[in-house]
Amino acid sequence: MIRLFKVKEKQRELAENANGRAPVKKQSAGELRLHKDITELNLPKTTTISFPNGKDDLMNFEVTIRPDEGYYQGGIFVFTFQVSPIYPHEAPKVKCKTKVYHPNIDLEGNVCLNILREDWKPVLNINTIIYGLHHLFTEPNYEDPLNHDAAAVLRDNPKLFESNVRRAMSGGYVGQTFFPRCI
Amino acid sequence: MAGSLTTSSGDGGNRWRDLDRLLTRPGNIVGPTFDPSPELRSELQQYVRVLVVGAGGLGCELLKDLALSGFVNLEVIDMDRIEVSNLNRQFLFRLQDVGKPKAEVAAKRVMERVKGVNIVPHFCRIEDKDLDFYNKFNIIALGLDSVEARSYINAVACTFLEYNSEDKPDEDSMKPMVDGGTEGFKGHARVIMPGVTPCFECTIWLFPPQVKFPLCTLAETPRTAAHCIEYAHLIKWDEVHGGKPFDADDPEHMQWVYSEAAKRAELFGIPGVTYSFTQGVVKNIIPAIASTNAIISAACTLEALKIASGCSKTMTNYLTYNGLEGLHTKVTEFVRDKDCLVCGPGTLLELDPSTTLQKFIELVGDHPKLQLSKASVTHRGKNLYMQAPPVLEEMTRSNLNLPLYELMDKVPKDVVHVAGTVNKDDKKTSALRKLRVVFKGIDGVTDMDTANGA
Ligand SMILES: [Zn+2]
Repeated sequence: MIRLFKVKEKQRELAENANGRAPVKKQSAGELRLHKDITELNLPKTTTISFPNGKDDLMNFEVTIRPDEGYYQGGIFVFTFQVSPIYPHEAPKVKCKTKVYHPNIDLEGNVCLNILREDWKPVLNINTIIYGLHHLFTEPNYEDPLNHDAAAVLRDNPKLFESNVRRAMSGGYVGQTFFPRCI
Repeated sequence: MAGSLTTSSGDGGNRWRDLDRLLTRPGNIVGPTFDPSPELRSELQQYVRVLVVGAGGLGCELLKDLALSGFVNLEVIDMDRIEVSNLNRQFLFRLQDVGKPKAEVAAKRVMERVKGVNIVPHFCRIEDKDLDFYNKFNIIALGLDSVEARSYINAVACTFLEYNSEDKPDEDSMKPMVDGGTEGFKGHARVIMPGVTPCFECTIWLFPPQVKFPLCTLAETPRTAAHCIEYAHLIKWDEVHGGKPFDADDPEHMQWVYSEAAKRAELFGIPGVTYSFTQGVVKNIIPAIASTNAIISAACTLEALKIASGCSKTMTNYLTYNGLEGLHTKVTEFVRDKDCLVCGPGTLLELDPSTTLQKFIELVGDHPKLQLSKASVTHRGKNLYMQAPPVLEEMTRSNLNLPLYELMDKVPKDVVHVAGTVNKDDKKTSALRKLRVVFKGIDGVTDMDTANGA
């Protein structure tokens, strides 16, 4: 095989002299799969997607959800998605940019959604996650709490929970915590 | 091991006796192009350049093994600095080296001990080097512990791969890799001949996904030391540092996570949170065992020698080693994913340089092998046209009337990826395909193709 290397050496010198153009950026397999996922998105009508870094950076995008039913009806909630180069081997990192009074979303924007962590599988896609997030607003659940207080109120006093959500979304305090307006 | 290192500089005459036996004698299981000769060793030393990626537990072993196996042109790349906890197995490093770049110290130590070897260290990230850098090596040896880094190097090595008009890989363009990996008492060594054996992406499912705990468990009901550590790392860090990103390579950040995790563990009466366990959980590292590294590295080095010299056929193609209970080792022949987007040939399309993007999309839809309708087109990270969502369709629509050749920065030939729908048994399914686009009549390209075909 060594003769091959000698040949290669010569070829390369020739190629380098003739044509110094270095190939530009290459794409990771994760980027390609994401490209496919994005073109196939079938979003609920309450949801929009945007690409803050322009059309060539699909790895970082934002999804805006405007629930049309339930406790959070009328609110506008923005989620940031960060997708890894080894997607879908690894789930995207998703955070809620809008401060929200919600049993499954903490004040830092961490989201407790099983398919984002323990139940992620490569056959799932961006669409599944968006539907999952949407579901969190129509069916908040107190059994997987990230915001302990909100979960306890939802469990023990749904009427109070409802008015707390309204107050938070209109811009105001729930307990010691201030929530900026998001309606 | 230590013996051969220390005596090596003295008895140059005997030094290569074993290697020469392999390189000067014919045999029944030699590679197809093997041509035994007394000059083979010096040719090997003159022409073959090997890049070692990673200078950690495996990387140290690989550098030493390659140097002692006759390779003299070596380079090593690693972005890490030496930590005290490395010293038990990363045997090229000493206590006074703590804080220095691994690549630099490893290169220096092996050069001091093995006469005639030249090792160029690169203290940087693998992403910092351009394709020209990677292209100058004949073999890339991987001593890494992350899926991301392997996937990156694999993609780099596969970019050099060219196919001829019969979809056969061009041997001269192949960049062989040997990849080692260890986790405790288990390990693997594999040979990747892009275009011939499965690439890393063809078999990415071999790597089990990282265990991720539910965030609400971390926040509400921690039961293990790892839960406490992940709580500090994923939830508490953001709460306290609001916006400042956590850096696993910053010892101060790690120390902070450790002390928060320890507090939480005490609160819930959970034992087992230590600094090194914190590092292990946060960086997803399973404790490394020196002997596993040595065995895996030896297997990788032997394969590199076979690839370079042809003195034996390479193993086909994936060796697993398990020393946990007794010893179990086995070579499995994995097969390529023929549609692999990274190493596969894709579909060859010859186009006139005046072909517009719109026309190209129509061609892809009508192509008998592809029949991919509603194609979205991407070229080296640039999205040329996106059918959906509307926001991206609008941004890319104006490209439709432009010649593809211009949109591809006037390269005579390159790879393009398309996503769209195909009709299979009257059912619409989505598909993602790789295309090799060649523009007809562009200077240089016809000459090169004939050269490759000859
Ligand atoms: Zn592949």
